[in-house]
Amino acid sequence: MQDLLFIYIFVLAAFTGYEVISRVPVILHTPLMSGSNFVHGVVLVGAMYALGQAEGPFQLTLGFLAVLLGAANAAGGYVVTERMLAMFTAKAKPAVTTGKEA
Amino acid sequence: MTFVVNAVYLAVAILFILGLKAMSSPVTARKGIMQAGLGMIMATAITFLYPNHEGSGLLFFGQGKTINLILTVIAIAIGGGVAWWLGKVVKMTDMPQMVAVYNGMGGGAAALIAAVEFARHENLSPVVSTLAVLGALIGSVAFAGSIVAFLKLQGIMKKTWRLPAQNMVNTVLALVAIVLGAAIVLLAGNPALPAMLVGFFVLSLFLGVILTTPIGGADMPVVISLLNAFTGLAVGFEGYVLGNPALVIAGIVVGASGTLLTQLMAKAMNRPISNVIFTPITGEAQAGGGEIAGSMKELSGMDAAAMMRYAEKVVIIPGYGMAVAGAQHKVWELTKILEEAGVTVKFAIHPVAGRMPGHMNVLLAEAGVPYDMIFDLEEINDEFPTTDVALVIGANDVVNPVARTDKGSPIYGMPILNADKAQSCIVIKRGKGAGYSGIENALFYAENTSMLYGSAQQAVAEIITAVKTLV
Repeated sequence: MQDLLFIYIFVLAAFTGYEVISRVPVILHTPLMSGSNFVHGVVLVGAMYALGQAEGPFQLTLGFLAVLLGAANAAGGYVVTERMLAMFTAKAKPAVTTGKEA
Repeated sequence: MTFVVNAVYLAVAILFILGLKAMSSPVTARKGIMQAGLGMIMATAITFLYPNHEGSGLLFFGQGKTINLILTVIAIAIGGGVAWWLGKVVKMTDMPQMVAVYNGMGGGAAALIAAVEFARHENLSPVVSTLAVLGALIGSVAFAGSIVAFLKLQGIMKKTWRLPAQNMVNTVLALVAIVLGAAIVLLAGNPALPAMLVGFFVLSLFLGVILTTPIGGADMPVVISLLNAFTGLAVGFEGYVLGNPALVIAGIVVGASGTLLTQLMAKAMNRPISNVIFTPITGEAQAGGGEIAGSMKELSGMDAAAMMRYAEKVVIIPGYGMAVAGAQHKVWELTKILEEAGVTVKFAIHPVAGRMPGHMNVLLAEAGVPYDMIFDLEEINDEFPTTDVALVIGANDVVNPVARTDKGSPIYGMPILNADKAQSCIVIKRGKGAGYSGIENALFYAENTSMLYGSAQQAVAEIITAVKTLV
């Protein structure tokens, strides 16, 4: 049952991902890619869990590297996305009325 | 405690999905990343309160766990700190390769999680170890591939080489990796397992390198997007291995949306994803293409200034060359002068201008160019016949009419900006060489095209000086 529940989550999450970004304007492709790059930075949580359970130098080293990389993914992904989007909103205001970014 | 942690993970998943949704509209995009950011902080914080296996205490605060806790905090501080700082200082033009690097790190982290799990358990259940193996394979490919993509975009790795029978080699390597992965699943508990795992990881990393190395030019954004979707999938699979719903939901959502995004990008270039991977664009592939007739004509900054000053409509087509030279501010200055003189100026952006779709829009926005002057390919392509001057700045393949006419050309079928249909066309270009993809550009030899050689920065400055004497 546990396995089946996870398959439910898999399938529903896949549909959600597909639905969430359909009809996205071309101008947002890069920021959105960057944003989803940030979201999978949640791998940090899994890495923390792995390191938390690790025993012995070998496992601890692998876990340490995993957390290191995961944290870099999350922090870097956020900063880069934020910087890109900050520019959009600042300049977008006056042009909002045109509504023609398709 | 288990309940609280999982409730927070659910809230985090919701924040991620709402954040992504908000990020797909320019009006709400900023709010979106902040929502997702809040989710990430919540997820990280609550994980420190993760219950241990017996359910009798906390994972990070049990007996003999101090070392794990300290290492975790140090790793987050170093990894997060360095990445944060690099992300802050990197130039806007270098953003695509930064996305590639951070994506690679996520893939690497997913692969390492699998490694820890294999090291911790001798006997994983078949379902768990299958997903761990898949996540490790995909994560390793994403890691190695993203590093190669970074090296290429950063200009450290310049050559795009293909092995003889590259596709065959790719397929064989992938099959070997899959067979090895299947063996790891089936032979759980076998003493040969550690050696097989090492071999499996090395092979997966090598596969990532060899898949990405032959790809270059305009295909790069599609590859980064694809690797991004890969990392999402890997994270989702490892989430299952760890029994962590937050990882599963976030990973699979990114995997699915990343796949869709990759398709959208590939469609914008009229290149199926399979072509991007199996028949990359290279200069040599042009052997079948026809010779280009005519010769390139040079003009001075003054001539260019005069042509534009007395034009009614000018369309500027910026490319990566402009971004590299950091000329977008100068271009905006020139635009303002022309507009004040009564010339209509528009910007035409090819879907893959820059190094990623939308990259050029970001760079122009940074320079202060308002949204309503920037047009997509479909919006502006019909306007070129009524355009007096098309000013191409550091763009090449995206204006190459060969893509429309020459069936033998590797970029045949890619939609291009029809700069050649404008009354006249001025091309600012650093030198006479071929473009990023190494393909000769027929536009440069056309009757109504003139070339202005020099870096974008310096050439546009020259035009500005000249135009000021004419206002």
